[in-house]
Amino acid sequence: MTRPVVIAGASLAGLRAAQALRNSGHEGPVVVVGEEEHLPYTRPPLSKELLAGEQEPEQCALPSGRVPDIEWRLGTAATGLDTGARELILADGERLAYDKLVIATGARPRHWPGDPIALDGVHTLRSVDDALALRAAFESGPRLVVVGAGFIGCEVAATARGRGLDVTLIDVAPHPVPALGEAVGARVAELHRSRGVDLRLHTSVDGFEGDGRLEAVRLADGTRLDADVAVVALGAIPNTDWLVESGLELQPGVVCDATLAARDAEHVFAAGDAAAWPHPMADGGVIRIEHWTNAAEQGAAAARNLLAAPADRTPYEAVPYFWTDQYDLKVQSVGLPARAERTTVLEQDGERLVLGGERGGRLIAAIAFNAPRRLPFYRGQLATMPPMEDVAAAVRADAKALGA
Amino acid sequence: MTKVHVDMNLCQSHGECTYVAPEIFELGDDDVLRWKEEVDPSLREKAQEAADVCPMLAIRVED
Repeated sequence: MTRPVVIAGASLAGLRAAQALRNSGHEGPVVVVGEEEHLPYTRPPLSKELLAGEQEPEQCALPSGRVPDIEWRLGTAATGLDTGARELILADGERLAYDKLVIATGARPRHWPGDPIALDGVHTLRSVDDALALRAAFESGPRLVVVGAGFIGCEVAATARGRGLDVTLIDVAPHPVPALGEAVGARVAELHRSRGVDLRLHTSVDGFEGDGRLEAVRLADGTRLDADVAVVALGAIPNTDWLVESGLELQPGVVCDATLAARDAEHVFAAGDAAAWPHPMADGGVIRIEHWTNAAEQGAAAARNLLAAPADRTPYEAVPYFWTDQYDLKVQSVGLPARAERTTVLEQDGERLVLGGERGGRLIAAIAFNAPRRLPFYRGQLATMPPMEDVAAAVRADAKALGA
Repeated sequence: MTKVHVDMNLCQSHGECTYVAPEIFELGDDDVLRWKEEVDPSLREKAQEAADVCPMLAIRVED
């Protein structure tokens, strides 16, 4: 019997891997294993349109039906990997033999440290089921505390304000969206405050209180914030624990070479949130990216490389892109903003602006506020990561720059 | 000809399509997407690539 190509993970990266296999002419069997019961769906609306009640789960479905002849094994988690026998071990004990494997198991929310919180009203947000539960909890107009002011925390806060809830947004960091640096964070902080969010920075949460149901969030300084619903938004951790005994190096993503082939096993590739690979913009260092576009593009790239002979594989070098929508602000980023040492405004026209992130005096990221059409210019710049003075000169020479 | 549909109720001007298929898509100075609704079949693959990178799943390609 022909061993199938097996894709562990039935979300965006897994779907795009399956799609790329078929588009590349692969005719052999393809099996996609997914822990959730759902066919692949897109997650960005979960903290925004779906949570706001503007979209329903059907509208989040990814077009999986368009990919022909895929065996979907849903509701089945991968629990182990035997790279010698080339078998994926499933939660029900089955050993699924593979010819090639794509690991695309994504990430999950980082939970509150310590024992699980056994209180109704405390949520995390990752899956469509999480989003529907939180949406239902919003119905009664609760007092909401969001712990963690990263992308998900800020988006949830913005959506909740849109629904008229009282929102307290807390982070231990000095500004929200810490990954984008202080200059961006200060603007996002101002935005949330102007929309009525009680934003508490430099603030540690000590615990959650209640008797069966959440009643208050306790801060490290002893303050008790009365709350009906809390969202714990402390970032994500890749779903790679099931690989701990596989012999694959985990950092904590599966460590791959530049072509997304796992470094420590043949026939194994990785894509999306669960993959770590060397990127030229990180001086060849291994990075991991938890954004939509990376999952989509890496899923396809891993599948194409899986079909190719090793010498014909293509390094995955795309300039990372992500966005966040909060109120009427769209923030878009190209490059690696988390590696920037400093972020400054490069062009501006009123509320619309572009900030540049620099590292070692060179451009490593651009972050646009409500200025989508400026991104291609910066993608072009980032291809060579020029010195900041050259970027500034190119902006001055560009008739389409904001405020030009 | 290959038909390219964009649901403008979904489009949020991410501009990813303009990057992978500039022959078909562009963002105007008003940040609103403009595109060719019919393209030569030789551009079909590029159009589909644009559909695949659209974060809003707003693009549909038909033969």
